[in-house]
This record gives sequence, C-alpha cells and structure tokens, in this order.
Amino acid sequence: MNTHAVSKTYQEINRKIKEGKAVVVTAEEIIDIVEKKGEVEAARTVDVVTTGTFGLMCSSGAFLNFGHTSPKIKATRVWLNNVPAYGGIAAVDCYIGATAVVEDDPLNSIHPGEFNYGGGHVIEDLVAGNMIKLRVEGYGTDCYPARKYEKSVTIHDLRDAILFNPRNAYQNYNCAVNMSDRTIYTYMGVLRPMMANANYSTSGQLSPLLNDPYFLTIGIGTRIFLGGAQGYIAWQGTQHNWNVERGQNGVPREGAGTIAAIGNLKEMSPQWLVGASVLGYGVSLYVGIGVPIPVLNEEIVRFTAVKDDDIYAQIYDYGVDYPNGAAKSVGEASYKELRSGKIKLNGKKIDTAPMSSYYKAREIAYILKEWIERGDFLLSEPHQLIPSGKIGN
Amino acid sequence: MEEKYSQKIVIRYTAEIVDQPIVCRLARDYDLDFNILHARVLPKREGVLALDLTGTKKNFDRGIRYLKESGLRVEPLSKSVTRNLDRCVHCGACLAFCSTGALSIDPSTMQVMFDSDRCSGCSICVKACPARAMEINFL
Repeated sequence: MNTHAVSKTYQEINRKIKEGKAVVVTAEEIIDIVEKKGEVEAARTVDVVTTGTFGLMCSSGAFLNFGHTSPKIKATRVWLNNVPAYGGIAAVDCYIGATAVVEDDPLNSIHPGEFNYGGGHVIEDLVAGNMIKLRVEGYGTDCYPARKYEKSVTIHDLRDAILFNPRNAYQNYNCAVNMSDRTIYTYMGVLRPMMANANYSTSGQLSPLLNDPYFLTIGIGTRIFLGGAQGYIAWQGTQHNWNVERGQNGVPREGAGTIAAIGNLKEMSPQWLVGASVLGYGVSLYVGIGVPIPVLNEEIVRFTAVKDDDIYAQIYDYGVDYPNGAAKSVGEASYKELRSGKIKLNGKKIDTAPMSSYYKAREIAYILKEWIERGDFLLSEPHQLIPSGKIGN
Repeated sequence: MEEKYSQKIVIRYTAEIVDQPIVCRLARDYDLDFNILHARVLPKREGVLALDLTGTKKNFDRGIRYLKESGLRVEPLSKSVTRNLDRCVHCGACLAFCSTGALSIDPSTMQVMFDSDRCSGCSICVKACPARAMEINFL
C-alpha cells in the first residue's frame, strides 16, 4: 500500500526528461528547496536530484583486451608502461589495477616512498589517448605459440577497455588522526604526531550514497556518471555493509554501503580519472562518480536534503589502533565542522584537510544535471536493489 | 629603531662564484639575519640557495645589490614554487602539510588557492600532492 502523498514512477520522470520538462537540482540545491517548501511540495516540484563525488578510490581498475597478435600469444604476464597487469584470464585479456606500482619502484625502501607511477597513471594515460608500451609474455601452446610480444598502443588500438571498479563511492568514511609520536604516511594522507591534524574523505551532502542512505533507488543497473561518461552500477561494492549505526536521519555514522561501477573506458576523460601518488602509501586513482536520484516520493526527497551538519564521521587513530586492526572510534565530527578547517577532539583544536575534492564533486553534480536537462541522460530503474537496512531500524 | 624588512629569496650560483662565502658576508657586512630554506651547492658547479633574509630595508637592498654585483642571479622565492592548474584536482590534501597557509580552500568555490607570497619554499607539497600539481623549479 502506498502511503506517500507524492508518487512518481521512473517512466513518468523519463517522459518529462525526454520532453525537456524535468526539474533537476543538485544535492546542494535541494537542501534549501525542502527547507522552504517542505518535503511534499519539494517532491511534487523536483524530479531528479544529482549527486557527485571525486576522490581516491583504490578499488578501481580496467579490463583491457589488446586483440590477437600474429602469431598468437596466450598472455600470462602483462605490463603496461612497465606496470604489471593481471594476465590470469583469457589469452589477450588483462586487468590493470589502480594500485599496481611500476616495476623497480623503490617503494618504501626510502621512507616515505614517492610512488610516482602506477596503475592509476596508466589508466589516466590511456583515457588521455597517450601512447602506452604494452609488453606481454606467454609460455607457448600449440594454439598460442608466441612467447613474447611488445607494442606501443593507445586506447584506440585496444579492442576493448572497460573500467570496472569493485568498490567505489563509500557511504561515509573515517576521519583519520595520528595519536602516536611520529609522522605517519597513510592512504588518508600525511598525519602529524599527537593529533596535530585530521584528514577526511567524502563529499558529504553531495555524496551519492549519503543521499539515498537506505538504497531506495540506487541498485544494479542504475545509470551513473562514471569518469566523465555514462556508466552503470554493476553490483553492491565489496565490503558493502548496511548493518551500521545510523543517525536519526538514517545516515550511517561510519563507513557503510559501497557500489561496484562499470563503464566504457574509451568514452571517459582524464579530467575525471586522475592517477595519484600518495606519499609513503602507494599509487591510486581519483575517480569521479555521480548518481542521479529520482524523486519518486517525499521520503526520498527528505533523504536527499541531508546536509553536512547532520552527517557524522567517526574519528580513528591511524597511528596505533587502525594498523593493528583494532580501530575504535575516538570521537566524531560533523562534515560541517570538518569542512570548517578545525575540529575539537579531547579538548584540543585540530586542523582538518579533505582528501576528496568537493569542488569537483559539485562540478559532477552540475554536469549530470545538465545531461538530464538536455535529455542526454535517462534514468534507469534498477533491476535489483542493493541490500540495505530497513528504515527506522 | 628602523623597521625590520623580511623577504624570501632564491640565489642561483654560477660555477665561477660557488666558492665565495656570500651568506657570511650578507650577515657580517649587511647585518642581515638569514635562515636557509633550501640549499644545493656543489663544488665547482652551479648551485641554488633559498634564504629567508631579515634586516633593515636599506641593508636588505644593499645586500641584494652586493649579490647581483657579484654575478649572482637573485629572485623572490615565490617565483620558484608554482602550481600546475591543469593537474590540480582541488582535493585539499595539501592543506595537511602546508605550514604557512599558502595553500588554502576558498569556502565559497571550494577551490584550492595558492598564495605564493605566503609560501616558505619548504617544498613538502611537491611530493605530497597526490596529483603532483605542485612544482618547484629550484634546480
């Protein structure tokens, strides 16, 4: 039984998009609209809310097929610009992971290592159309006799290039401090001793999964902005966890849901997939993702109106607790406080810095809004929703 | 008492003059306090030295004139650290290690801003920026 005052379907919203009549706003803009008009009126007026996030997402990579060679090779070991890719799939398929480091990198032997080049950079070079040196080794079979192959290629020479990220767009994330007495170099950036600084990484009120905390609309087959192109949600991401503590507004107070994302790398852009070198940690990839949230009813619009004041991150000690696998929250802070540049913890004022780009997250939400307004991007109804907790629990 | 004047400068040596004790003369002859921010001076080769100099404006100007007359290239440090805007993704990770506030976020646009006048030239940002947007052309 539908108890909502407003009830819209995907088909109705898509019809409006095709007619150029859909009302689309970003997850920032919806906050004021709901505040002024109330949930029901906002749900009546607005059809789609766009979200965005742009941050380091290590669990990313691309499946590449470089086409059959002559004579043929069954690639078991593959390198792209001397960065190892996984060759344990079919003959000329491989998977280049974002965190793979170039061969002969000194790593952390001189700590903190610089990690100047790796899988994330290969992916950025590919989408930028740059030349990549492909090197392949096989052991030779009757059907695939060649044992070595080398060629300079660009993404245009590849038969297929599919971005497939097993875990992206974390719904909320830790805020990191360092309670030890030495500077540490983590995937959450440089953390100075004695809680001298705190780093966090989400786009908060703009973040896709924080705007649909119970996955009422986001599911398998949801069309999204991925790396500058139209991609899809393939599955729930690895480590997806819906059984978490939530605030009264339903928003998880810690890292929770995730998505796996897929799309055509050939259509993506280096503006939205940027290789990253994280001092003392390794290589990664900045990924830009935006998810449109259809306003099917007033409950959904209420969730999209969440603001930084009401989203909390748990603060963890990356100096001792986290690396030991015994992380326990040492406090919490709202994203409004985190974004102000200072938080208070144990009576101490601590400088904060973000690891993800709010500026680019906002840009993504605007681009997605434009695509939908122009009728270039239609909403897709998920084939199956992503597992989630029940509202109110 | 005359007001103190302070400026961060970069001095570029040529191979001919690299053996001259110029920092010592800046301190002794021109009464300038110095703090070495960066130094790469090799015997019989060109080198580079970044200094934070403090003294009276008059002595500072005389000291700079001495350096130039000695055949050294002198320029403000702020010219040496630059940001490549094409690479910057405006994440803000740099804020965690910039101790002078030269890197900051504009709260209205959420863009990362770089104020080269506040930069001390410590160059930590060059290696610590994940997108490698900060560049230093000391060498």
